[in-house]
Amino acid sequence: MVEKADLFKNGKRLDGRGPMDLRPLKITAGVLDRAQGSALVEWGRNKVLAAVYGPHEVLPKHLADPPKAIINARYIMAPFSGQEEHGRSGPNRRSIEISKVAKHVFENAVLVDQFPKTMIDVHMEVLQSDGGTRVAGITAGAVALADAGIPLRDLPVGLSAGLIGEHMVLDLDKYEDNLGDSDMPMVILPRTGEILLSQMDGMLSRDDISKAFDMIFQGAQKVRDKQIEALRQSYERMAAQAQQGENNQ
Amino acid sequence: MILEQIKQGFIRDLAEKGQREDGRGLLDYRAIQVTKGFAPNAEGSAFAEIGKSKVLAGIKFDVLAPFADRPTEGVVMVNAEFSPVAHPEFRAGPPGENSIELARVVDRGIRSAKVVNVDNMLVAEGKVQGVFIDLYILDHDGNLIDTAALAAMAALKDAKVPKFEDGKVVRGSNAGPLPLQDIVLSTSFEKIGKTIMVDATDAEEIASAGRLSLSTANDEKICSSQKSGSAGFSKDEYLQMVDWAMEKRKDLLAKI
Repeated sequence: MVEKADLFKNGKRLDGRGPMDLRPLKITAGVLDRAQGSALVEWGRNKVLAAVYGPHEVLPKHLADPPKAIINARYIMAPFSGQEEHGRSGPNRRSIEISKVAKHVFENAVLVDQFPKTMIDVHMEVLQSDGGTRVAGITAGAVALADAGIPLRDLPVGLSAGLIGEHMVLDLDKYEDNLGDSDMPMVILPRTGEILLSQMDGMLSRDDISKAFDMIFQGAQKVRDKQIEALRQSYERMAAQAQQGENNQ
Repeated sequence: MILEQIKQGFIRDLAEKGQREDGRGLLDYRAIQVTKGFAPNAEGSAFAEIGKSKVLAGIKFDVLAPFADRPTEGVVMVNAEFSPVAHPEFRAGPPGENSIELARVVDRGIRSAKVVNVDNMLVAEGKVQGVFIDLYILDHDGNLIDTAALAAMAALKDAKVPKFEDGKVVRGSNAGPLPLQDIVLSTSFEKIGKTIMVDATDAEEIASAGRLSLSTANDEKICSSQKSGSAGFSKDEYLQMVDWAMEKRKDLLAKI
């Protein structure tokens, strides 16, 4: 049983990380066959799969927005994804709220006016969860959108910060989220410095918030590098396959 | 609504000049009124109005099974009902994403600041107190989150804890006021073009690209934050809104 006092000792966190250290992060683009774009984010013990379909016809039709594409974002946790008992399948209040704020992120980042009267689906499936699944999901969704060839203002990057006692740390895991004092998930556009998602619980002063922002902006660069690397590798694989095809002819 | 849709351009032009349709300054709330004890059958209630927006909060105590890992802790639950009486676009039925978001944002503020001390709320073996806060949206002219948060807080201040006997609530009994450990209030900002304003009307919300709702607690603390809508905010804008929320808290506090 992990106790709160175990979370931060001698400048180190439970898993040995320093305050600014992220958990190991691996992003793979183009992991699904049928989806237009897809990405798997393995972040610590989290595994989140994102798939993008569209732009396609809007269903139901009355939701169509004549000047632009609408985003249909869906974040959901598999019933077996947590350490706890079997969860209920299907959306719950938490996942509906997260889907809503994730939708707002993609509405901002996607050049929606290039695809009038259409719909773009971004599905985020949490297959294994260990804290920070919404930011992992949106980070995956961003790569899946780029993998689908949908134009973006920038790749949205998700990352959380939070307080453990008086220590502000990045990228909270499940224990830190549950037993820590505050959790502040954020999604930013690194290029413009815009905050596209900000939620929090816990008690933070203005200085805490300012510090959390600075840490997130700094840490987000590492996540962004992995996103871009994932896309580069996906294109290289495609190029190699195309070359193979040519050689075979 | 079609009229509000047509008004968007007008409201955006005004916002660019730092003006508003009703002549308010960007950081001015509309008239705020709170009536406690509106629904006396509830253990606590309050009717809050900000401008023409109206929210009734009702609190009922009950007993329920505790969470497995917290056997003696009580449970506070916030639910929002976007009643069809409130707006032509509200339909009866299961809660939509706006209703769920509002309830969860208000809930996070109250929970983070530990407004209700839920420790030791054991009523009988396997039974703890449940505090159900229901937020009835009755008239929607914008800024429902702040109006609902105000109603919730006022209802908590109004609440009397009933007596519990044999693992049941004794209805109509009064064991004293519900002790509160903090006061949480919400201030929401809308971004229209590059202009940020508080307490938006329905028409202003339609013209707005995004919102930030900040809950404030005692000792200059922020206890919940929720960004909604597609607009992005810079760090400087965000911290500016933190300062403004602390400032506006004083006005709201005076009303409950």
